[in-house]
Amino acid sequence: MSPSKQSEQNLKRSESLADRLFSAVSRSSAISILLVLTGVAIFLTVVGWSGIFGDIEGMSGSDTFLEYVGPLVFGTVYAATLALLIATPLAFAVALFISHYAPRRLAQTLGYVVDLLAAIPSVVFGIWGITVVAPLLSKNVYPWANDNLGFIPFFSGTASTSGRTMLTAGMVLAMMILPIITAISREVFLQTPRLHEEASLALGATKWEMIRQAVIPYGRSGVISGAMLGLGRALGETMAVAIILSPSDGYFWSILTNQNSNTIASNIALKFPEAYGLDVNRLIATGLVLFMLSFAVNVLARRVANSGFSGAAG
Amino acid sequence: MTVTSESAMTAAPSSLTTGKMPSWMPGAICGLSIVVGVVGVYSIGGFKWGWMAIVAAHLYLLLVTVASRIIEDRRQAVDRAMRTVVTIAFTTVTIPLISVFWTVITKGISRFDRDFFFGTMRITPEDMLAQMEGAQVGGALHAMVGTLIITAIAAIISIPLGLLTAIYLVEYGEGKLANATTRLVDVMTGIPSIVAGLFAYAVFELILGPGTRSGISGGVALSLLMTPVVVRSSEEMLRLVPNELREASLALGVAKWRTILKVVLPTSVAGITTGITLAIARVIGETAPLLVTAGIAQDLNLNPFSGRMTTLPVYSYYEYVQPGVPPETGIARAWGSALVLVMIVAVLFTIAKILSHALKPKGLK
Repeated sequence: MSPSKQSEQNLKRSESLADRLFSAVSRSSAISILLVLTGVAIFLTVVGWSGIFGDIEGMSGSDTFLEYVGPLVFGTVYAATLALLIATPLAFAVALFISHYAPRRLAQTLGYVVDLLAAIPSVVFGIWGITVVAPLLSKNVYPWANDNLGFIPFFSGTASTSGRTMLTAGMVLAMMILPIITAISREVFLQTPRLHEEASLALGATKWEMIRQAVIPYGRSGVISGAMLGLGRALGETMAVAIILSPSDGYFWSILTNQNSNTIASNIALKFPEAYGLDVNRLIATGLVLFMLSFAVNVLARRVANSGFSGAAG
Repeated sequence: MTVTSESAMTAAPSSLTTGKMPSWMPGAICGLSIVVGVVGVYSIGGFKWGWMAIVAAHLYLLLVTVASRIIEDRRQAVDRAMRTVVTIAFTTVTIPLISVFWTVITKGISRFDRDFFFGTMRITPEDMLAQMEGAQVGGALHAMVGTLIITAIAAIISIPLGLLTAIYLVEYGEGKLANATTRLVDVMTGIPSIVAGLFAYAVFELILGPGTRSGISGGVALSLLMTPVVVRSSEEMLRLVPNELREASLALGVAKWRTILKVVLPTSVAGITTGITLAIARVIGETAPLLVTAGIAQDLNLNPFSGRMTTLPVYSYYEYVQPGVPPETGIARAWGSALVLVMIVAVLFTIAKILSHALKPKGLK
């Protein structure tokens, strides 16, 4: 065997060793993600367990866990739903504007701005909401809505003068999830096959008819899954709600008053820094409930996205 | 020829231009609505910009639809109405967004002084007195340093882990493990940030004892949020690398790991760095997980393994909800740190934009 052949074989051996090593490293990082996630679930369950089934004597208040977490779940879902109801139509329109109405150059800039907005820290939205939105609404809108629409249960009660209401929280949350829904919707709208659009226009459709015939059917599942992701984020959003909402204990449907059900995340943020003993475990248990809630929403979002009732699956 | 066609035009107007709204008309209607909106609202309740805009917008929507219905047909009217609705919705959304930026900048700029960038919240009695008299005291140096340390910890954990996982998924992944990983990364993307914080808290409570707060636990919490973003974006970028490149390299007898390191990664480096920069921008503003893990301190803490560590978002939050006496100074500090945060995010975004252009392989520019 010639020396060159020898070294070639050595090289081959070391290469295949390196190959196996590299593959093992990358595989193990995938496995570690698996482990971490299992770890999250196990840890939260173990630590939260004593918060759910532990001695109530050791906790503040006299509620059982279900009584404790019930209003919080209600508040979380309520605030997120409000946000979603406000944000989705607006995000749909904005996405459509960027993808089909705005001039091309402007559209690129707008897309960039929307992405940037998605990354603005929530604490900034929070202090903006309480400084700008809350006084504005409580002066101009809430008294009017309370007087004229008070017969509807949602607008009943004593209108808040500080503006720290469920509606304010919902609106600020809507501003926060709008960029996400917009970004995803815009993406699918832009992916509409050019031929579909041109075929529609060639048959004499107006722009809106073209959008209804070609763009919306194609992008529908994208918009829905975008909205679901937005909902997921609204469920877990903490700081904005913690800063804006004035929380009370119990279930409240009214959105204009100072009495509101708190959200899970905001309740944790407000109580955790001062909590001790079993209260900590109980807060962690509510965190587990939040985790399951947003997990369910995310699974639903994927299912919608993959259900393929339009061309733009995924 | 030309004469006849011209006369034909005048005799029987082209069917392409009849029944169409003249092009000046929407503009005229728009002007009219603005005038009516401003004058109308002013005569009822004085200068109320918000109401003027609302009245003008709705008036324009109404008038343009009616005019189009009369001059054109129903389909055109719907088209114009929808165009107007979409544009109005877009404008409506821009207003609060501009307001966010405007408020943060105007309120935050007042604390852009030397004390703010080089001082901490360890306030001397003299400073306290000065504060009572209305001076701006206290700084955010400790919060900025804390943000840097904790974000760096998160990045050190997340970038290798996320990148390697993405490589596994794209280059090696098949079968059950790859499927499970993809699904779990999806789940991870949906973890509420405060839950990530609780998890890190629970883990470090087990290691370091109950009630403990430290920078490292904050970093771990953030890495939990950052990793799935890195995996997702890197995976997407790796999948964009044409298979021909891999095959060419493998056909030349280059080992797979070398192919990945020397061919696949360099080709996708632009997209991957952009994704990582954006992931950092996402986590750098996280407040909730740090509130429960790293807590808040008044002074500089450089050791992530012991003691509380302040970060900018948490600092901003506490200065807002517990501003001290008089509240104005604390609130000014809150806005100051909010502005610093927004600027960091904006800078990271711009860097990502530039990187994605600068690092593109020559052929793709």
